[in-house]
Amino acid sequence: MSRGADRLSVPALIGLLIGAGIMVAPLVWTLLLSLKSNAELLRDSASAFSVPYTADNYRAIFAGSLVPRWLLNSSIVALGTTAGVLVLCSLAGYGFARFEFPFRRTLFAFVVVGLAIPEQAVILPRHQLFAWLGLHNSYPGLILPGLVAPFGVLFMTQYIRAIPRELDEAAMLDGASRLKLFLTVLLPLTIPAQATLGVFTFLGAWNDYWWPLISATTSDRYTLTVGLASSQMNYAQTSGLGFLMAQAVFASVPILVVYVLFQKQIVRAMAGTAVR
Amino acid sequence: MTGDGRAAPARLTGFAFVAPFLALYVFLLIVPLVMGIAISFHRADLFGTRRWAGLDNYARLATDPVFHQSLGNTFALTLLIVPVLTAITLALALALNRPARSAAVFRGIFFSSSVLSVTIVTLIWRFVLTPDGGLAAKLLTAFGYAPLPFLSDPALTIPAIAITTIWWCLGLPMMLFLAGLQQIPHDLYEAAALDGARGWTVFRRVTLPSLRGTLVTVVMLQTAGQLQLFGQAQLLTGGGPGGASRPVVLFIYEVAFGRWELGYATAAAQVLFVLVLALTGLQYWLVARREPVR
Repeated sequence: MSRGADRLSVPALIGLLIGAGIMVAPLVWTLLLSLKSNAELLRDSASAFSVPYTADNYRAIFAGSLVPRWLLNSSIVALGTTAGVLVLCSLAGYGFARFEFPFRRTLFAFVVVGLAIPEQAVILPRHQLFAWLGLHNSYPGLILPGLVAPFGVLFMTQYIRAIPRELDEAAMLDGASRLKLFLTVLLPLTIPAQATLGVFTFLGAWNDYWWPLISATTSDRYTLTVGLASSQMNYAQTSGLGFLMAQAVFASVPILVVYVLFQKQIVRAMAGTAVR
Repeated sequence: MTGDGRAAPARLTGFAFVAPFLALYVFLLIVPLVMGIAISFHRADLFGTRRWAGLDNYARLATDPVFHQSLGNTFALTLLIVPVLTAITLALALALNRPARSAAVFRGIFFSSSVLSVTIVTLIWRFVLTPDGGLAAKLLTAFGYAPLPFLSDPALTIPAIAITTIWWCLGLPMMLFLAGLQQIPHDLYEAAALDGARGWTVFRRVTLPSLRGTLVTVVMLQTAGQLQLFGQAQLLTGGGPGGASRPVVLFIYEVAFGRWELGYATAAAQVLFVLVLALTGLQYWLVARREPVR
């Protein structure tokens, strides 16, 4: 980061602190509620600001609730989607960047058009299509729609185009097959792009709501996002505000860990959407 | 097509690499897109019954007060969220575009909410906003005011959804503006300083014009995104009271999965699709007409 005045003016700093407070306060409030017994919260939710705190709500998550199952489902769906997107987009990016074949330009433009198609335009017919194919309430049913990532193809194509051709041409003289060339020479050079696209895809798949909401309808097939929505919908004060908030905290942890570990890639992926 | 350059005709090898993606792309995006257009001209339910209905669904949308209300809500939410979000995130980017460690911490804080899912965000905000023991109610009573019924008063539900959305969505536009600020050449600022320009003048004459491309990107992405707002409304207010906060996508969801009227819901989805394309296209055209965006 460069430029700008070196020090913040006092009003700007006060504004930032207030803003940061608004960002953090709801998170702290949620954390505190999750640490309180239901009996106390029923009397007064302000009891969240004082001791005693308890981990009972977190114990309840592991004692027979479906939340760990949802966590597993989310992990499978998000990792499966990420792996699939990386494979498909890398292959397609290589094909578009390094080969001449009939209709290459037309097909590339055809993929770019996909960027302008919002999910709303396709989600209902897709639901119908998957019903005919018996794909609802299954992992493939949850993963497949996420694999269509025109942005990923564009991103990989641009990245591979920027790699000097001499690198793969030298290897081609050895008579290596194109697939082997791709796997051994080019792929290692794209690792930074794989990381960026991978984290971006993982976040999107982990947080997706609309599609799993209509595709996974039995509770053991829910992803964490949909499961939490159902807990929220079925919430009654007696079932425990603290337990509900513990679920929210529990569900935030994996994604916040991913955020902290991959902060650099996430920021790069976000900035990358500007140049598309 | 084995991907082996020696065996397969060379011109098809490249096609073999793009084929797996293209197959899924056609099957999962293009086919549903075409199906959607077709279904919208039918009287169709969720279970496969289908009868040609011509423009009936669209005619019904044109006179359906519930649909009109949801369109109005979607516009209200978009108009409320996009300008505020753009202004706040631009201000944040300007304040945080510096190498200091504290700026990095602030950037981390303002970005953190965007990695959460919509269900976690609404869960958090529901118990901030609820008048019955929520954080906002506690704060209001602490300062001697009565708690506000954010989630049940028709005048407050749309602002409540907008606040939640803004809190959730700050990260991406802030990062885009920061990336844009980093690309402004240093000499521009030096030249401005030599001319004696400072503060606001520098912002208006140098920063803002240089950020034009980013600004257009942010506004277009946010407009397209907020026109499709769904989860926050469904989970925070259920679209109520009396549909006062039901956006178009929630209307589509309810018609399809509550009333099983797939044809009617699909027609509404087509209307929204055209709206998203038209409004983002219009924004691009308005700017590109004056001078092409980089």
